[in-house]
Amino acid sequence: MQPPQYENSYEIIIEIGGVAIALLTIDAGLVSVLEKRYGAYVAPDAIPDLVFRVDVVSPDVFDPDADAEVWLQGNDWHLKRGDFWAEWNPETRLGRVRQSVNPYSIDSVLRIVHTLLLAKSGGFLLHASSAVRDGKAFLFSGLSEAGKTTMARLAPADVALLTDEASYVRKVGTSYLAYGTPFAGELGEPGKNISAPIAGLYFLEKARENQIVQIEPPQAVQRLMRNILFFAQDANLVRMVFESACAFVAAVPVFQLSFFPDQRVWELIG
Amino acid sequence: MNELYVAKSPAIAARTLGDEAIIMSTLDSTLFSLNPTGTVIWEAADGKTPLSRIIEDKVCAEFDVSIVQASADAKDFIDKLVEHGILCVSDRPIPEKETS
Repeated sequence: MQPPQYENSYEIIIEIGGVAIALLTIDAGLVSVLEKRYGAYVAPDAIPDLVFRVDVVSPDVFDPDADAEVWLQGNDWHLKRGDFWAEWNPETRLGRVRQSVNPYSIDSVLRIVHTLLLAKSGGFLLHASSAVRDGKAFLFSGLSEAGKTTMARLAPADVALLTDEASYVRKVGTSYLAYGTPFAGELGEPGKNISAPIAGLYFLEKARENQIVQIEPPQAVQRLMRNILFFAQDANLVRMVFESACAFVAAVPVFQLSFFPDQRVWELIG
Repeated sequence: MNELYVAKSPAIAARTLGDEAIIMSTLDSTLFSLNPTGTVIWEAADGKTPLSRIIEDKVCAEFDVSIVQASADAKDFIDKLVEHGILCVSDRPIPEKETS
């Protein structure tokens, strides 16, 4: 799509999971912050799928204690948290963000917008680290302290990390692909900007010995649903995400990976 | 004792995988997993079939349980699902428009 023109505005296009989002702002300082933050995910030549105008405002206008809220009103999605307001129309593909100069607000806006886009196409953002080995992607999910970042840290040299925090899962035809994301956790490093077919999803648990056990579909759906990131208070979206989780579990093997946190665990992966 | 009718709430997403139903409330995203007996009742909860017939024709036919025991278990099970807003119960047939 052709982005709208704003007088004297700078443009930065951030492409994640094959979806390019253009951010237009008159604030050169913000562009500089975002270029540094998104590095390999900045795609100046990409044709944007969505365009957001980003207005920089004083941090004083926000309530810093406000929780994230996402709701559909008419045709527009509204996103609100203690550090930003945003709105976005899926039909026009245009939106607006108001935030202070920081890389965290737009990061949250992007995560939320991607969850909304993915939900409509059978994909999702998963609270998981992920990596590619021998052309296949592996996802490692679990609650905090389960070992997502540990698995990323222990990865051998032949493994390319996609993320240690939020895995990007897209349905392409009947297959599922994992994409690298700039959404980093404790590791503090963006993932490699590549994608690969998903060969397995592992729910992590630290243990004294390494063991892999396949999880039956009903339990797999339950565990998957607990770890899918979605923020909207919208019944239709909840249904879509649930259906996506069921379809994913039918297509991708899901395992419990109990592991002792050293390099030997990667001998089981691939 | 009055006949009871049960129907799935419209505010849910559900899928039966194997012999277990997974149900999600779209109101608060709470997840429920039903055992095989509960799944049989859940799948038969069409708002038109009397609960007594579901118990007799489905539950007692598929599982080794008496009607008395199955009825008591079903009542507890239904009470819990009604409490969570994922099942509707009435003493008369429940029209489809109220459940879908």
